[in-house]
Amino acid sequence: MTYGQLPYDIAHMLGGGVLLFSFVLLYQRRITAVINAFAMQGALVAFAAAWQGVTQDAAGLFLTAAIAFGAKAVAIPLVLRAMVRRLDLERGVETALGIGPSMIAGVGLVGLAILVVLPATTGVHALAREDLALSLSVVLLGMLMMITRRNVIGQVIGLMSLENGLLLAAIGAAGMPLVVELSTAALVLVLAIVAAVIALEMRERLQSLDTHALQDHRGEQG
Amino acid sequence: MPLPWIIVFLPWAGAILLALLPRARLAALVNIGISSVSLLLALALPFDDFGPSGWTHLDPLNLPLLLVGAFVGLTTAIYSAATLEAEALDALGQRAYHAAFQGFMGAQALALLADNLGVMWVAIEIATVATVLMVAIHRTPAAIEAAWKFFVLCGVGIALALLGTILLYLAAQPVLGEEGLSWRALLGAAGRMDANLLNLAFVFLLVGYGTKAGLVPLHSWLPDAHAEGPTAISAVLSGLLLNAALHAVLRTKSIIGANPDALPTGPFLMALGLASLLLAALALWRRADARRLFAWSSIEHMGLAAFAFGVGGAATLAGLLHMIGHSLIKSAIFFGIGQAAALKGSQKMRAIGGLAASHPWLGWGLALAIAGIGGLPPFLLFASEFQMVAETIGAHPWAVLPLGLGIVTAAAALIAALQSLCFGAPTPDAGLVPGPAAMVAGIAPLWLHLAVAAWLALAMPGAIATLLRDAAGLIR
Repeated sequence: MTYGQLPYDIAHMLGGGVLLFSFVLLYQRRITAVINAFAMQGALVAFAAAWQGVTQDAAGLFLTAAIAFGAKAVAIPLVLRAMVRRLDLERGVETALGIGPSMIAGVGLVGLAILVVLPATTGVHALAREDLALSLSVVLLGMLMMITRRNVIGQVIGLMSLENGLLLAAIGAAGMPLVVELSTAALVLVLAIVAAVIALEMRERLQSLDTHALQDHRGEQG
Repeated sequence: MPLPWIIVFLPWAGAILLALLPRARLAALVNIGISSVSLLLALALPFDDFGPSGWTHLDPLNLPLLLVGAFVGLTTAIYSAATLEAEALDALGQRAYHAAFQGFMGAQALALLADNLGVMWVAIEIATVATVLMVAIHRTPAAIEAAWKFFVLCGVGIALALLGTILLYLAAQPVLGEEGLSWRALLGAAGRMDANLLNLAFVFLLVGYGTKAGLVPLHSWLPDAHAEGPTAISAVLSGLLLNAALHAVLRTKSIIGANPDALPTGPFLMALGLASLLLAALALWRRADARRLFAWSSIEHMGLAAFAFGVGGAATLAGLLHMIGHSLIKSAIFFGIGQAAALKGSQKMRAIGGLAASHPWLGWGLALAIAGIGGLPPFLLFASEFQMVAETIGAHPWAVLPLGLGIVTAAAALIAALQSLCFGAPTPDAGLVPGPAAMVAGIAPLWLHLAVAAWLALAMPGAIATLLRDAAGLIR
């Protein structure tokens, strides 16, 4: 498989799409928009997993794809959106770094990922190598998002997008044993963190019904 | 079912049972029962054959850590039963606490036993989720803050460790194919793998598992997490979780070390180790919270152990002794501090004083344990630190100065803490005074740990010494 062949090009495009949505996540200003962008990224990762299932002829990857789609493209975004609506959190995302600097830092991180991965992986299959560069970029951008967001939901979405990068790396490593189990275990971690966030926000909300008081507690709770 | 599997699944079955038990007193006793059976099973392990069974394997490196883990698990269960009332958990909290405790015990055993590095990763993840739950259990703002920090930092840490595991598989795939995550297979084939990819994998695995082991600069979750939750949790966090994480680093180091073209791993571990030691040695001064103080001391000791593994050679054995000694003595200290904090109604340093005069058994036990953790004889950490320094003089003379400076500064800070906690004028007992039976059950584990740590230092049986030497031989 190499450039110009359909299986390779589609896999590459899906991986590139995941990375593109990491950038989209970086410049969103509203919480619901961040959640939507995350749902799109989750759907793309699920498609990428399914496509790898086709090309590698690995049935397990379809299961990974189905679980990823159900959780990241549907369930988690729905739950987060319901929470934002119920708790009246709908407002701009507080960032520690402006859009321009975040995008520049993001481009720098992608450059770093490519510079690190490509020379180190000369012995590896071309697709796995490209996928690795893309997934390391997604991981680094996820970390950047966690650093530049002041509120809990933004940080958690950063962590979940980081986990999307891991999934991209795992499905790209053809024939990796336990890939379904490992991706599910990573998802369980993500779900536990989402549950923790909901518990945290609910608690904040229940302690005081005044939104101004809630606003005072934001950010630092993380 | 092979014995190692039973050691993992018994606590997990127990966790389900404990989640269903509504009565706190009964649950605490069942918890002790499960931990006792776990210890008996672990004591049968030396008679089992070394080698793989499915995704797990038993070898001289994980056997001593498993034995220490099961022992600390039982004493912590006893201590926890004695101090459960003082923790004032509600019915739901009590069930979650006991279930999470056994869930954690099973996960740390699996993390040590796993031959498949993917399984090891899952085990460390389960251990993290279980401990986060226990840290948050009091649901005060400080506890939630600590649990959140713990969760997010260690979540990123173990995510990076997963990326490292995937990279390791990519390196192994051309050589091993589908077998590519078995530690034994990786060790055998490491020499034929791509060295660049192994280097990249090592960096991610070191940062990932190093976060869990509390190595500077990835340590900042550790003092917060140790200051919250029931004190019994601090004992297993410091005593067992850190060892499981450092053990994962050692497994990785051995694989990379088996490839002659890969980067030498020693300097990385020495650098992180020295940074942890020196930062912790300074941070140990002027701590206001007793549990935070000893959490910083855990960072110091993980740093020392990592440094010893970085030096390599005969220092590797010192590193293993250090892990075991730290596990025993640090959990003893948390038993003592927990008891003292319950008596005084606060875990602040200034609220606790003169314990040796007001509660001699507790005060003297705690004083000996603090002296032990400071590296004074006759405990295990004296032996390991002595050997570590001796080896460093031969291998890296330049490193002796920062190493010695760190050890001495930290020891001085701990002795100052010892004096203020245990001697001087007693502070008033403002907290709950436990009944005599609870007092004995709370203090006995402390003395038992001290006795074992002294016994291992002064008269280590030949069989254990041989086992540890074999274990050191496995780490390259």
